[in-house]
Amino acid sequence: MRGIAQATSEGAQELGLRSAASTRALLRDEGAVLRGVPEPSGAAGATVLSEDETMIINMGPQHPSTHGVLRLMMELDGETVLRTKPIIGYLHTGMEKTAEELTFVQGATNVTRMDYIAPLSNELVWSLAVESLLAVELPPRAIWIRMLMAELQRVSSHLMWMASNGMDLGSTSMMIYGFREREMVLGFFEKVTGLRMNHNYIRPGGVAADLPDGWEEDVELICHNVLARSEEYDDLLTGQPIFRERLEGTGVITAEQALALSITGPILRSTGVPWDLRRTMPYLAYDEVEFDVLVGTYGDNFDRYAIRLNEIRESISIVRQVLERMPLGDWRVQDLKVTPPPRGRIDESMEALIHHFKVFTEGMRVPEGEAYVAIESPRGEIGCYLVSDGSAKPYRMHIRGPSFVNLQALPVMLHGGLVADAVATISSVDGIMGEVDR
Amino acid sequence: MTGTSSDPPAAAGPGSSVGEASDQPAGEEGEAVIAPRVPDGILPEGFATSLHARLVPAGAWALFPARDSYYETVAALKAHGYEMLSDLCGVDYLSHPGRALTVGVAPERFEVVVNLLSLGIGSRVRIRVQVPEDDPVVPSLYDLYPGAEAMEREAYDMFGIVFSDHPDLTRILMPDDWEGHPLRKDYGVGRVPVQFKEMPGPRARTASAASAARAPGRNGATCGA
Repeated sequence: MRGIAQATSEGAQELGLRSAASTRALLRDEGAVLRGVPEPSGAAGATVLSEDETMIINMGPQHPSTHGVLRLMMELDGETVLRTKPIIGYLHTGMEKTAEELTFVQGATNVTRMDYIAPLSNELVWSLAVESLLAVELPPRAIWIRMLMAELQRVSSHLMWMASNGMDLGSTSMMIYGFREREMVLGFFEKVTGLRMNHNYIRPGGVAADLPDGWEEDVELICHNVLARSEEYDDLLTGQPIFRERLEGTGVITAEQALALSITGPILRSTGVPWDLRRTMPYLAYDEVEFDVLVGTYGDNFDRYAIRLNEIRESISIVRQVLERMPLGDWRVQDLKVTPPPRGRIDESMEALIHHFKVFTEGMRVPEGEAYVAIESPRGEIGCYLVSDGSAKPYRMHIRGPSFVNLQALPVMLHGGLVADAVATISSVDGIMGEVDR
Repeated sequence: MTGTSSDPPAAAGPGSSVGEASDQPAGEEGEAVIAPRVPDGILPEGFATSLHARLVPAGAWALFPARDSYYETVAALKAHGYEMLSDLCGVDYLSHPGRALTVGVAPERFEVVVNLLSLGIGSRVRIRVQVPEDDPVVPSLYDLYPGAEAMEREAYDMFGIVFSDHPDLTRILMPDDWEGHPLRKDYGVGRVPVQFKEMPGPRARTASAASAARAPGRNGATCGA
């Protein structure tokens, strides 16, 4: 224990030796969720193993299948995983501290960099939190544009997941296909926001700009292509015996465990709990569109694969409904204290110039108070807890990152499985380290 | 945002999603005292009055239990149907002591904020417990919600709030040997020294090479010489 702890920099955060751990810690490490209730699958038997029968190995932070800088310390008995401990923080950049130094107007540029696979979800939750303190009411077009972008974001994020999951399991063609389709969505984002990632497009008070001319055709093209190609994914992966063998029955988690561990998103739904914030606690205008909440039965990796693939289709269906019903009108609040006047007005109106200057130098003053707002990001519930002291900067901003919380499922899901399945399971958690470490 | 409600999200209108809080002044100080009417079923019997429930923006309810009854409060809420702990975080109110609380709650420097979610009732409830600076200890919620583990470690790492009876209270984001707790208000933002700004130009460098060799400045001023 000493030796390991001193040889690396993480010290006490690492997975300790079995002999040094208390029963309680062992139960936790082995994934027993409810304290005092040993896991049926041999946790009690595993605890009597001596040190020379087991081995502690590291996966990561540079392991290619860990999608970034996730490091897992695993205790193995042969090829069976007994204990797992995720060690994180390698990408910690103090974004919550940074947020306290930025104004509410600048804040979106900060949060968008957390979950870099789904930046618009971060911007959305931040904007909703600020708006709930401001108590402004958005014009309908802003809401529907946000829904359009959020759903396309879900499509691109799940495509990215399909790609990396395929790569982890040895299907390099899936990787290429996933990236190819995602690129179409990112191309559309670039057309709308000017950037492929880190858009700073959804801002408190609405969105940064109206949709460009001809956006309907672009979106329809994306919908058509992604839908058609999702059928090809079915041919390539869903029915393929090797792929199914790798995923079915591995990385199993039960609904009870998932709820106890605060797991949300596709992982929770794969256990059969129909919990999707878009449906159960609707925000934006999700209560006005039709879509299905997909649930699994077994809580294994294959369920999570199937849920994500079908969520792409559901999102496309939402996007098409948005396409039909997109209202006209303002795309941001016409409140000069919240959103700057259009650029064109600055040349002709002194007042517009002053407001523009004020919004970008001082920012807006947000009434004192606190709010917790949560939305369904592609990875689960992303929440923003915001405290304002009445100034132009947030007093405290906390992001409840779904990836951060979902990583706690790994010890449970990996326990008792094989090391080879660990790669598939890590992939199916879909943790984005930028959001885990913030 | 949350579907707490005896007033369901103002039915329709795309604007309803963010405008829900507009009928109460968002968290103003004077409004803290009233005994609000908590919709039936959101909280266990008798909770609203004893714990100073208070309506906060986005239609959620905040409770302010004392530190002694914090664990019991959360346990009662769990028994009532709040099966998930969505979020737990710390707040350092060092430079904002006059925040809005309710009657009978003395502000302390730290606060632990817990957001619980009930899938069955479809509502959220928030618990804000005051944690004094000289004894920053609160009971861990690990036994009730194992999902609190990583969140409490984060709050410990960032604020130095100790969660007693936590199975593994170590730093989670910062390295083990880090000093201080970064999200505290008295912890400076810090800055990264600009690497080349203090570097003298090529001529000055040769001239000052001798002196630089004698006293190597921070920031590697001698490295290019």
